[in-house]
Amino acid sequence: MTVATEDIVDSASIAAATAKRPSLWLIALRNPNVIIGGTILLVMVAIAALAPLLGTVDPTRIDPAARNKKPGTEITMRLDDGQTVKRVAIMGTDSLGRDVYSRVIYGARVSLAVGVAVALIAIAIGVVIGLVSGYIRWLDGIIMRVMDGLMAIPGILLAIAMVSIWRAGLVTVIFAIVVPDVPRVVRLVRSIVLTVREEPYVEGAISVGTPTWVLMFRHILPNTIAPLIVQGTFIAAAAILVEAALSFLGIGIPPEIPSWGNIMAEGRTLFRVFPHNIFYPGIFLAFTVLAINIMGDGLRDTLDPKMSKKV
Amino acid sequence: MLDFIARRLVSIVPVLAVVAILVFLMLRLTPGDPAAVIAGDNATSDQIADIRAKLGLNEPLWTQFAIWIGNILQGNFGESFFFKKTVAELIAQRIEPTVALATCTLIFAVSVSVPMGVLAAYRQGSVFDRIVMGFAVMGFSVPGFVIGYCLIYLFAIELGWLPVQGYVRIGVNFWQFLERMVLPSLTLSVGFVALIARITRASVLEVLNEDYIRTARAKGLSNRVVLMRHALRNAAVPILTVIGLGIAILMGGAVVTESVFGLPGLGRLTVEAVLSRDFPTIQTVILMFSVVYVVINLLIDISYTVFDPRIRY
Repeated sequence: MTVATEDIVDSASIAAATAKRPSLWLIALRNPNVIIGGTILLVMVAIAALAPLLGTVDPTRIDPAARNKKPGTEITMRLDDGQTVKRVAIMGTDSLGRDVYSRVIYGARVSLAVGVAVALIAIAIGVVIGLVSGYIRWLDGIIMRVMDGLMAIPGILLAIAMVSIWRAGLVTVIFAIVVPDVPRVVRLVRSIVLTVREEPYVEGAISVGTPTWVLMFRHILPNTIAPLIVQGTFIAAAAILVEAALSFLGIGIPPEIPSWGNIMAEGRTLFRVFPHNIFYPGIFLAFTVLAINIMGDGLRDTLDPKMSKKV
Repeated sequence: MLDFIARRLVSIVPVLAVVAILVFLMLRLTPGDPAAVIAGDNATSDQIADIRAKLGLNEPLWTQFAIWIGNILQGNFGESFFFKKTVAELIAQRIEPTVALATCTLIFAVSVSVPMGVLAAYRQGSVFDRIVMGFAVMGFSVPGFVIGYCLIYLFAIELGWLPVQGYVRIGVNFWQFLERMVLPSLTLSVGFVALIARITRASVLEVLNEDYIRTARAKGLSNRVVLMRHALRNAAVPILTVIGLGIAILMGGAVVTESVFGLPGLGRLTVEAVLSRDFPTIQTVILMFSVVYVVINLLIDISYTVFDPRIRY
């Protein structure tokens, strides 16, 4: 709660205060939530990037001799040149004899890629539609009615409907998860555009004859960056969960690609005897999403304090 | 008041119209002949021709839409060629487990999360508050099916207290029905509890700073009365809003939860329909879920006036 007298400050001290204030990004990087979440996330990114170096084998390699082994079992692998190698399957194997550890490690690539791709594409599409909707009055009504309609369809169901139209594949799944997220970005961008366009500096820019596109990109768009980064982290976290859910249901990414959802889908039938096929990818999935959500909370508190008061 | 309800009812018409157009276009935008898609993979050419005539596929797009929406408004949702039944029959058969699951989850989640949020706000900064907030972040992050399998492993397989999977109709044996509802409702509740507890805490915290709370305390009212009658009642509107919006999460979660626990409900039906590319069923289920979602939120909107008489429309 600010008291009215605090708001009355002479412009000189405002200039001095803003000059001394460290950049918002530096403040964000000092937030404990951002540090904790960001560190776990960095570890996950490192695991995904370094997957071939982490003692993994080909995650799609089928081995009929080593089916359904419990975690920690030693298995003998025949290499292509005929030699045999002994190897401990620390997370066991699945019903096709594939190494669960390797699949989980490589699965990090799929999940992170889906999260990042969905967030970037949803924001890119949402920003364009939001700017248009907030700035071009006659299109606003039509666009927002379509967005209301899209928001009235529960997200996962809309994604399921999308997947059912264009048969499963990585690109289809990403697009299917993007569509339900777009209206949320549009609404955010539009609301910012509507407030910002009344600001004196925008009126000033208009009065000196700034072209509309320069106005949009130089004067209006920068205001959306901080809230969009916050929104983007939450979209990424939710996207990873939805991809896992779709794959788990057998309607997501094709089963030969090792994603966490697919590993769990594979483990469903023999869950009672071999729960490791569900638990290991589940732990990785939960930790990744948790890290992104914690980081998002921290970013929201620092970058978008207005939002953090609301929720 | 009646005037307001009428206006709100009118306002959902364009939303539902857009949903209907989107669901209609969904099938028309599929590559290939919609009639062949609807008929499924094993249809004869006679069946396909029959469907083409019924849908008016040779007519312009808006006539097709008029025929389609006309049928739906008359309660004719088409036929599922995969299940060899009309979609209406199919949904009637599958609706009970889903409604039961959603009701149990709502009751459980609300009765746990609201007191949790109120207490967390009352004891802001305490260990309990931190646990609640930690749980809220966890609840958003752990996917429903992982929670479901953990619960199955612990309570059904290791301890053997509850059945692993399956469904018994409520009319057949109430006790067995209840037994089989416990784990699925718990699973579906986690995300919902996290959401409501978080918003309850935030809105009660805001209200606790108000002057009338201080006045109530000064009058010597007990903490329970202050929290329940003064704080919670005034914080009710945002909580209700989030419960309404959370219904979407509940519906999405039902799809996954029903699959984990083998409940023969609408969520399971949706997945089966997608796997067999049974479009009339997919369209109807999505349309139905959306209508229910919009109507529930409309009812919640109207209920604001009950909880907060300051809101006048």
